[in-house]
Amino acid sequence: MDIQTLYLLVPLAPLLGAILAGLFGKWLGRKWSHRITIALVGVSLYASVQIFRSVLDGHSFDGPVYTWLTSGGISFHVGFLIDRLTVTMMLVVTSVSLMVHIYTIGYMEEDPGYQRFFSYISLFTFSMLMLVMANNFMQLFFGWEAVGLVSYLLIGFWYTRPTAIYANLKAFLVNRVGDFGFLLGIALVLMVFGSLNYADVFANVASHANDLAPIAGMHVNLITAICILLFIGAMGKSAQFPLHVWLPDSMEGPTPISALIHAATMVTAGIFMVARMSPMFEFSETALSFVMIIGAITALFMGFLGIIQNDIKRVIAYSTLSQLGYMTVALGASAYSAAIFHLMTHAFFKALLFLAAGSVIIAMHHDQDIRNMGGLRKYMPTTWITSLIGSLALIGTPFFSGFYSKDSIIEAVEYSHLPGHTIAYIAVVAGVFVTAFYSFRMYFLVFHGEERFGKAHAPHHPGAHDDRHAKETAHPSADTGQAEHHGLAPGQKPHESRWVVTLPLVLLAIPSVVIGYFAIEPMLFGGYFKDAIYVSAEHGKVLHEMREEFHGALGMAARSLLSLPFLLALAGVAMSWFFYMKRPDIPAAIQKRFQWIYTVLDNKYYFDRFNDWFFAGGARGASLFLAKFGDKFLIDGLLVNGTAGMVGKISGIVRRFQTGYIYHYAFTMITGVFVLLTIRNWFE
Amino acid sequence: MIFGLPVISVTIWLPIIFGVLVLATGNDKNAPLARMLALAGGVLGFLVTLPLYTGFDITTSDMQFEEMHSWINRFNIHYHLGVDGISMLFILLNSLFTLIVVLAGWKVIEKRVAQYMAAFLIMSGIVNGVFAALDSVLFYVFWEAMLIPMFIIIGVWGGPNRVYAAMKFFLYTLLGSLLMLVALIYLYNLSGGSFEILDFHDLVIPMQAQILIFIAFFFAFAVKVPMFPVHTWLPDAHVEAPTGGSVVLAAIMLKVGAYGFLRFSLPITPDASHKLAGVMIALSLIAIVYIGLVALKQSDMKKLVAYSSISHMGFVTLGIFIFNTYGVEGALLQMLSHGFVAGALFLCIGVLYDRVHSREISAYGGVANRMPVFAAFFMLFAMANSGLPGTSAFVGEFMVIMGAVKVNFWYAFAAASTLVFGAAYTLWMYKRVIFGAVANHHVAELADITPREKLIFAVLAIFVLGMGVYPLPFGEILHVSVNDLLLHVAHSKLTN
Repeated sequence: MDIQTLYLLVPLAPLLGAILAGLFGKWLGRKWSHRITIALVGVSLYASVQIFRSVLDGHSFDGPVYTWLTSGGISFHVGFLIDRLTVTMMLVVTSVSLMVHIYTIGYMEEDPGYQRFFSYISLFTFSMLMLVMANNFMQLFFGWEAVGLVSYLLIGFWYTRPTAIYANLKAFLVNRVGDFGFLLGIALVLMVFGSLNYADVFANVASHANDLAPIAGMHVNLITAICILLFIGAMGKSAQFPLHVWLPDSMEGPTPISALIHAATMVTAGIFMVARMSPMFEFSETALSFVMIIGAITALFMGFLGIIQNDIKRVIAYSTLSQLGYMTVALGASAYSAAIFHLMTHAFFKALLFLAAGSVIIAMHHDQDIRNMGGLRKYMPTTWITSLIGSLALIGTPFFSGFYSKDSIIEAVEYSHLPGHTIAYIAVVAGVFVTAFYSFRMYFLVFHGEERFGKAHAPHHPGAHDDRHAKETAHPSADTGQAEHHGLAPGQKPHESRWVVTLPLVLLAIPSVVIGYFAIEPMLFGGYFKDAIYVSAEHGKVLHEMREEFHGALGMAARSLLSLPFLLALAGVAMSWFFYMKRPDIPAAIQKRFQWIYTVLDNKYYFDRFNDWFFAGGARGASLFLAKFGDKFLIDGLLVNGTAGMVGKISGIVRRFQTGYIYHYAFTMITGVFVLLTIRNWFE
Repeated sequence: MIFGLPVISVTIWLPIIFGVLVLATGNDKNAPLARMLALAGGVLGFLVTLPLYTGFDITTSDMQFEEMHSWINRFNIHYHLGVDGISMLFILLNSLFTLIVVLAGWKVIEKRVAQYMAAFLIMSGIVNGVFAALDSVLFYVFWEAMLIPMFIIIGVWGGPNRVYAAMKFFLYTLLGSLLMLVALIYLYNLSGGSFEILDFHDLVIPMQAQILIFIAFFFAFAVKVPMFPVHTWLPDAHVEAPTGGSVVLAAIMLKVGAYGFLRFSLPITPDASHKLAGVMIALSLIAIVYIGLVALKQSDMKKLVAYSSISHMGFVTLGIFIFNTYGVEGALLQMLSHGFVAGALFLCIGVLYDRVHSREISAYGGVANRMPVFAAFFMLFAMANSGLPGTSAFVGEFMVIMGAVKVNFWYAFAAASTLVFGAAYTLWMYKRVIFGAVANHHVAELADITPREKLIFAVLAIFVLGMGVYPLPFGEILHVSVNDLLLHVAHSKLTN
């Protein structure tokens, strides 16, 4: 098949799947809906692999597919840029998507919205592929918003649940705040460069490097302004502080999409975008510093929140936030390849952790509170082992994929010379301990220790949400026909999930272990990305120094056994074991002793409350005021109806002179004459 | 030519003739016949506009399909019609919506069916006349005539407060257009006895006169758009109007105001336009931000969409008064798209109103449980109203923002706030109406949309998505005419 046809096939196959399952789902039935969508995502993965091979052979592509619109002498295209960065993303997206599609058969099997769900995740795959394959800013924005739409639809998939439809609106709006900056960045790009094609823009960045931004009243460097505006978009999509608030709530969506969208792919779109824009970011140290500091804050402070979560999905959600922070830090240190490397390893092990959590949730009959679990390793061996692999990868255990990528980031920050790199270094190193602690806290509480399930538990704990059922019972929800169940009944034992659930776990566990070992050398030091990523000579020193230190993947792992990050990770695991397996009274005592810290963490640093009060409440208040005072009182009341009323009043007075009775007129005339004569006499 | 008849005249008079025929069917005993005739008129009325599109030459800025007959010789007034890239698409849009409105009122309107259908058909012809008239007196006649059917539609088939709303609508717009008449007569004298709009474009006019003319036109057109602060008639008119009235009001009637700016204000008074552009841009940005905020807390769905319309029309006037290609083309694309999207949203609200007889958001909740197909369509149109890329609404907003940043970054900044506000008020409403558990027994008894309603929504969905994914065919029609217009605007009319 022609290679360009393959390019088209990659996004269009999932789109076709989405359309078929979405429009004809009822007619196709459950079986055919999932068969068709899975087959088409499979086609997309196959085509991506073929394209990957052709790109390795040196066949890059940059060209339009069709002209979207022309205006003012400029053509806006939909077009593809296929290079090494793109194919890496295409492989990650299609492979994780395929796993999630298969897993969904098991996870959603009883759901009445089965076909709708498959339609959405295929639509998501299409949108994400359009995003990564774009060769211009406009299409990037298309994909950017489209993945946001599907995320909105999927977080609110169970639309009868108040928490879900609150979360999806919040996610969409917070993302829109980011997109607001993003779109303005794009507008500046078009204005300055006269084109939205990456190639045209990147080729001319250098000549504009010292321009001032055409922003009235501000004296900022043009490239800095563009980069920061674009990065605000990334802060929304990749949930960076302070636009991170939507991601934890997005866990209201079904677990497969938490894995696909809110861990592996969509949330990494911002990371990908900055890496793609490296030829621009390289010209602004201010922007890079900004990126690094935002990333560092996210990496450390979101990790803290993971420690006190009791909902299995929320623990993983906070760990995702923290890991996204790591990637962002790497971007700031100009180690774009390390960021993409971590993006890739993280996609596999985090998707794995989420899907494993989903498997646990099925086994626990949709109780998500880790305090009600324990000892599950006996009952679900596959889920147990794969979760352990995922957790080890996440905390950066040497030889696992996460180790290679995370350690590279830490090293890159260490060698960076940008303002703020010291804070960032402290944050990412401290983050290692925190990550290890909360990951294994969850792991021990779920898979080891005392079996706490199957007890007639109290009405469930705050913060832990049932993954499937509407909490309100006043009205029958859409998914009637399913018994309401919260957790296992007394005496009931959990059991391992079906093969459609465990197979993706196993298939994701493999890359979670090995991909770092194989990929580190080419990706970071072998020039794998070629010209897809640009690093200036000055900033390139970071990777250069790392290359000096690098003597093979095995050596790197072996050497790290004595390094600070590894010791911190070890300490984190040991402490979580001691706290939660050996002496559970200690964390309780600490919680009591440091109540205020716990309260701050439990309230997520009060961000949600502040946003609810200030932004949401403020907007509602302003709206009410403007509607009541501005429109109703001032304009309509005083001006419009006031004018009408005035006309009415005046005419009411004037009307009295026009009664039509002769004697009224005669009386008026005589009175008039009398008055006039009096006045005349007066003055004489 | 259609059957030997000039195309534009047919698009104007065919619907009017059908309207009169429908009216002739008399009282409601003959309602089925009235409906069939109206449908025939709607379908034919749309089909006869198609030659305008297929026969349109995108390489010239000259008027096309021109017709010229003398009408009132004493004042040199002509029956002069023609279209260019700026007006042509709106005739198609108008005729499409006439058909849609006839279909939408098919079952819902049970009283005075013939009059209802006739009013829409006659209005359709008149509006086509507004877009095609090249003689300013002819334009004025169509412009004022347009008010009458809409006045009747609101006043007869409207809600409980319909008389207030109809009067407000009528007086507001009538007062505005009287000043326009004065300006037209002044221009007639200045031109030495011509009412030709194209002749006006070449007049040399001193600055002070330009400003007065601009202000006169401003009142006529700004009320129709409507621009802040002369917008308050619109929410009332929408709330009281029947669904069909709201649809035509939003989709078509608001566009004639913006069209007026492009046809009269900009080319006739370019220097005044430049001088007053700052005010116009300020009013546009206030419309986008202030009205966007006002929309947020509306409890009445129709009012909410009405305010959202004003906010979106702010993009149109912003685009027009930044005087660059992106801005003006963006404004025209936004006008088209707003027709589809706002029309569709009012139809969505109509679907709910027909079943529950309430426009209050709080009367609903969990509609998706009972009307999944409807919820999907509504989702699409709500997303379009939020300016999602891939829908038609994004095209115009994107272009206007791209154009605005060229003039002043902060214009673009204020305009782009609609990304947040537009999504907030639309999706918050959607959430409260469609999502959630079934809220009450009214909602529990809802039945999903009928095939007739599905057909209407499907047609609009195709346009919304089609124009979003591939706006090029629409954009191409505009280029030459918009360039010509911008040349006019760039060229001072103070001296020759």
